[in-house]
Amino acid sequence: MTKPNTYQRGPDSDGHFGLYGGRYVAETLMPLILDVERAYDEARNDPAFRAELNSYLTSYVGRPTPLYFAERLTEQLGGARIYFKREDLNHTGAHKINNCMGQILLAKRMGKRRIIAETGAGQHGVATATVCALFGLECVVYMGEIDIERQAPNVCRMKMLGAEVRPVTSGSGTLKDAMNDALRDWVATVEDTYYLIGTVAGPHPYPTMVRDYQSVIGDETKAQINEIEGRNPDTLLACIGGGSNAIGMFHPFLDDEEVRIIAVEASGEGIETGKHAASLTAGEPGVLHGNRTYLLQDDDGQITEAHSISAGLDYPGIGPEHAWLHDLGRVEYVSIRDDEAVDAFQLCTEAEGIIPALESAHAVAHAAKIAPGLAPDHLMVINMSGRGDKDLESVGAYLKARES
Amino acid sequence: MSGSRISARFDRLKSENRPGLVTFITAGDPDRGTSQSILDALPEAGADLIELGMPFSDPMADGPAIQAASLRALKNGANMKQTLEMVASFRNNDGQTPVILMGYYNPIYAYGPEKFMADAKSAGVDGLIVVDLPPEETELQKPVKAAGLDFIYLTAPTTGDDRLPHVVEHAGGFIYYVSITGITGTKSASAGAVETAVERIRRHTSLPIAVGFGIKTPAQAAEIGRFADAVVVGSALVSQIEENLNGDGPAAGACRDAVLGLVRDLAGGLKS
Repeated sequence: MTKPNTYQRGPDSDGHFGLYGGRYVAETLMPLILDVERAYDEARNDPAFRAELNSYLTSYVGRPTPLYFAERLTEQLGGARIYFKREDLNHTGAHKINNCMGQILLAKRMGKRRIIAETGAGQHGVATATVCALFGLECVVYMGEIDIERQAPNVCRMKMLGAEVRPVTSGSGTLKDAMNDALRDWVATVEDTYYLIGTVAGPHPYPTMVRDYQSVIGDETKAQINEIEGRNPDTLLACIGGGSNAIGMFHPFLDDEEVRIIAVEASGEGIETGKHAASLTAGEPGVLHGNRTYLLQDDDGQITEAHSISAGLDYPGIGPEHAWLHDLGRVEYVSIRDDEAVDAFQLCTEAEGIIPALESAHAVAHAAKIAPGLAPDHLMVINMSGRGDKDLESVGAYLKARES
Repeated sequence: MSGSRISARFDRLKSENRPGLVTFITAGDPDRGTSQSILDALPEAGADLIELGMPFSDPMADGPAIQAASLRALKNGANMKQTLEMVASFRNNDGQTPVILMGYYNPIYAYGPEKFMADAKSAGVDGLIVVDLPPEETELQKPVKAAGLDFIYLTAPTTGDDRLPHVVEHAGGFIYYVSITGITGTKSASAGAVETAVERIRRHTSLPIAVGFGIKTPAQAAEIGRFADAVVVGSALVSQIEENLNGDGPAAGACRDAVLGLVRDLAGGLKS
């Protein structure tokens, strides 16, 4: 594959990143998708829209988030100089609200009154319920029944915020099935409903739009590290399920070729066990949820179930731009198992007093692997995409099972 | 000449001055043997055209009945190869009734589009409906045409006059009008609204128009059949299978009889 002049331009006008992306949706939805695309194009070129979004990001979300030097973790690992981009300090405790704030303003601009969303870990559901409460919009969140069980605190928060949480029992009862049901809802409610997708997946323009709203992470990081250290980082690390926190961190750095960029997938109980969520490491290109990307699937093209201890990474696909960056070789995609993520969860909590989301702990786990071999002046930034309060029960149960 | 089974069938319906009945079942539901026995008997029971669903793990545009049918079939070993084998077996005894495969893109993509079209053609398939492939995504248009199959496109209540020319441009066989904004087997549209929509589509194409989604009873079929060239019934038939499965597994005879009984009633409704 030829190397493009820039990694930051894509997609083409039909939403393709090379082979990936596109708009693979039923005809009923197609006119709506085109509406969203038009509205998004107008909004992003409207200074008043951008000013309104920035104002909410500052006064409501709490941006900019700090870039924090993790000194004790750096000492303990004895290698690279490690920084955390503190997306866990956003209102609602994760990066998800960056995107929700942008899309809710777009939905309002389009005159929609009802918002639907899918959620895995519940972070996107909470962020969506939050912005719906903020603007007085009706909110329905689709969530797999397995995820409802393992992310109970977030379910409680969504309900408290006035959202209706609809349990999804079809398929494997996790994130992909929640997305199926959200799409089914949208087909039937096209007139008044806006689908607020939480990751860089779905049909065009969602992968691009969500990326643009999340790129604030990388833009701030770039300015902050240059102010603190006087230069770009040497390595960026982020966990990846659908890939929104990762692309948000990476995108502003893609053309800075000196920056090594690594995304960490969830390999669950291990790639060889088949119980994992590593779409790029072990998947094949295919079409699901409106775009072509790498998918976990069998030889017949049936989508297989993903597995990860982290509900937010438990998805059998990945954003199409990541698929493209993977094939181009610009971003390295590695994977971390459940047990390694839990170890990193404990390491980070004890060394820094920061309880990371299990998702983010995957990125910390990879840092723990590679940092010791790097020079002390090697600058590494980990995207701390969310806080781990929601995971205390899951981690507790996991540790108890491991001890016994 | 087998590529023109669809147009030949609509010509005949026109000469008989009646609307056609298009029946949908999912290939391999609940198991291959039962499904084949239903498929083989559909024409005799009154199906003028047959839509055969290609099971998919994530049928985003389908309601609970067809989702469940897909999962039943997959659980019992259905796959794309088996679906094509079922068509080939059907063709041993029926050279006239058009068979249209309906499903989602990923299993076709995994099979290899060119190879799939060629294998489908030689199995005796006449047309293809790929739910998640709108005209904007053009990649199957060439392979479908090259194999001599008809690419049947869906139009919906949301498909405006500005968009219809683009949708019908590459369409073959007939136009499938999705009469509701929603998934299969849920709500039903009013006949008046559907009639207006069908008239609107006719201004853009000379292809026959079949109407589906939400048509469950012989009375509804007859009402839509007054102005559509064909009516499609799917979820109501598939539900007959679900209702006649016994706890221990498939009850082949009961499932088959229930599906074919409803097909006879629907065909009777359309003829009256």
